[in-house]
Amino acid sequence: MAAVVGDEMVQDAGPVPARRGNAGWLRRMPVWRWLILVIVGIYFIIPLVSAFRFTGTSAFPAVFRQEGFSSAFELSLKLAVITTVLTLVLMLPTTVYVHLRLPRLRRLMEGVTILPIVIPPVVLIVGVLQVAPGFLKSQPYLLALEYVVLAMPFAYRAFDAGLRALDLQTLVEASQSLGGGWGTTLWRVLLPNLRASLLSATVLTVALVLGEFTMASLDLYQTFPVWIVNFDQTSGPISVAASLLALVVTWLFLLAISTIGGRRSRRSGGAEVSMFSVGRRNTGGS
Amino acid sequence: MPVLRSARTFLGIVPFAAYIAAGLGAPAVAIAIGAFQSSANGGFTLFNIKTATRGVYLHGFETTLVVAVITAIVPGIVGFLVAYAIFTAKRGALLRRAVITASGVFAQFGGVPLAFLFIATLGTTGLATGWLTAIGFNPTAHGFNLYTATGIVVVYMYFQIPLMVLVMLPALEGLRPAWREAANNLGAGWWQYWRYVGGPVLLPSFLGCVLLLFGSAFSAYATAEALTSGSVPLTAIQIGSFLNGNVLAGQQNVGKALGFGMVVIIAVVMVFYAVLQRRSARWLR
Repeated sequence: MAAVVGDEMVQDAGPVPARRGNAGWLRRMPVWRWLILVIVGIYFIIPLVSAFRFTGTSAFPAVFRQEGFSSAFELSLKLAVITTVLTLVLMLPTTVYVHLRLPRLRRLMEGVTILPIVIPPVVLIVGVLQVAPGFLKSQPYLLALEYVVLAMPFAYRAFDAGLRALDLQTLVEASQSLGGGWGTTLWRVLLPNLRASLLSATVLTVALVLGEFTMASLDLYQTFPVWIVNFDQTSGPISVAASLLALVVTWLFLLAISTIGGRRSRRSGGAEVSMFSVGRRNTGGS
Repeated sequence: MPVLRSARTFLGIVPFAAYIAAGLGAPAVAIAIGAFQSSANGGFTLFNIKTATRGVYLHGFETTLVVAVITAIVPGIVGFLVAYAIFTAKRGALLRRAVITASGVFAQFGGVPLAFLFIATLGTTGLATGWLTAIGFNPTAHGFNLYTATGIVVVYMYFQIPLMVLVMLPALEGLRPAWREAANNLGAGWWQYWRYVGGPVLLPSFLGCVLLLFGSAFSAYATAEALTSGSVPLTAIQIGSFLNGNVLAGQQNVGKALGFGMVVIIAVVMVFYAVLQRRSARWLR
């Protein structure tokens, strides 16, 4: 059987058959597996424990009372909202369009959208400050415009994965034969089907904006991560507490994606977001 | 479906193309031009490039490359082992889900909060420093200092290992059980399977992922800056100090030359990456 399943046929592939892992020598190595996981686990857990020990419990509520916290957090939230809206408005129609009309450009799109990962943000901001018109440079919202570029790789991959799992052509034709225009098709047919992709693109974008330090600090705006660093000069435990809070928030965000995305993919057999398409997901099975 | 190659078909991607051109293309071009422009009169010059490839800046590139290579290879191997351990665990098992979500969290976790975590762990008064001293191995006495390139390597692993797990898993999924069963049926042992089947199939993806890690470590700025306050000469930090205004008169454009140099190095890496991806795409579909 083991037919090579093309991208267009992903939705036809049923649930991947259970892996027959107990064949021979593989199963005889659980000791190795545990050893590796335990050693790596220790490396990951000790810093977290240290940070908790260092801050103590009283530092957490104190974070919210610090001077500058609310204005920095507010700026980060504003940037997150603007970036997310712009990213979704720009990337969703573009990705749908490429899938429908220009499928041959998909390779090129993948290449173009990996560029923001490739060009170091510290280099990008140098160029941006060079070319940005004056009225934009005096505003923090220039950052939002650039964050859209940084978020593009994640948004594109999220939508691409979601669209690959849909029978896009049929959905669009069905909608249009029932009299739906492009707006209706996008809003009432595709959007509800792409909820998981939409969510993961949103969450990744928000996580990116809330954590971005390089461009914000070099553009001299006090976003939340920049505030944490500037704040360090005065009180150690509180900035470590703020860092731990930032970690927990990111973790909750990502847990939300994996829960909702996981539930969806069990239903439709797709919409799994892989950040980097190093080798396609195996959808063939044997 | 035949592709209509008329100009009108391409109208739909104009907003995207325009945004990329303005937000990414224009800044990149500005850096490339600025790298060859005299800071004084705007004329063509090779002065910036020459300055950027000498002395403290050359040392910066060297340090950055060493850090990036080490934090690509070591986490690459460790991450591969973790990914493989997870891959052989049962599908949907708690262990597997826990490691995958944790990888998602930690791969995103970088910059300032990460630096603080490690200051609390391996800084002079850190918890692990205390433990190690208690068992008679004071890290500082043995030449370890968190605020140096060595420290940066230790800290970068914290997001590089999970990143490797995330990018390696899809490639491992492409390793068909049928191949292993076939090898088993033909009497191949563990070594033979990896030498003749698994290894050659996975090698291109593995190298591709390692190159990705290299790029990630190469362009990291926030973590190193927060950890060392710029005392370790990494190229990214040097560029940052140009923006912060710590610059000699007549050298403003050297920062752009440094940026240009970084992009060139990354471009070379990406060409390798594309070649490797093409090779692995042959098997992993």
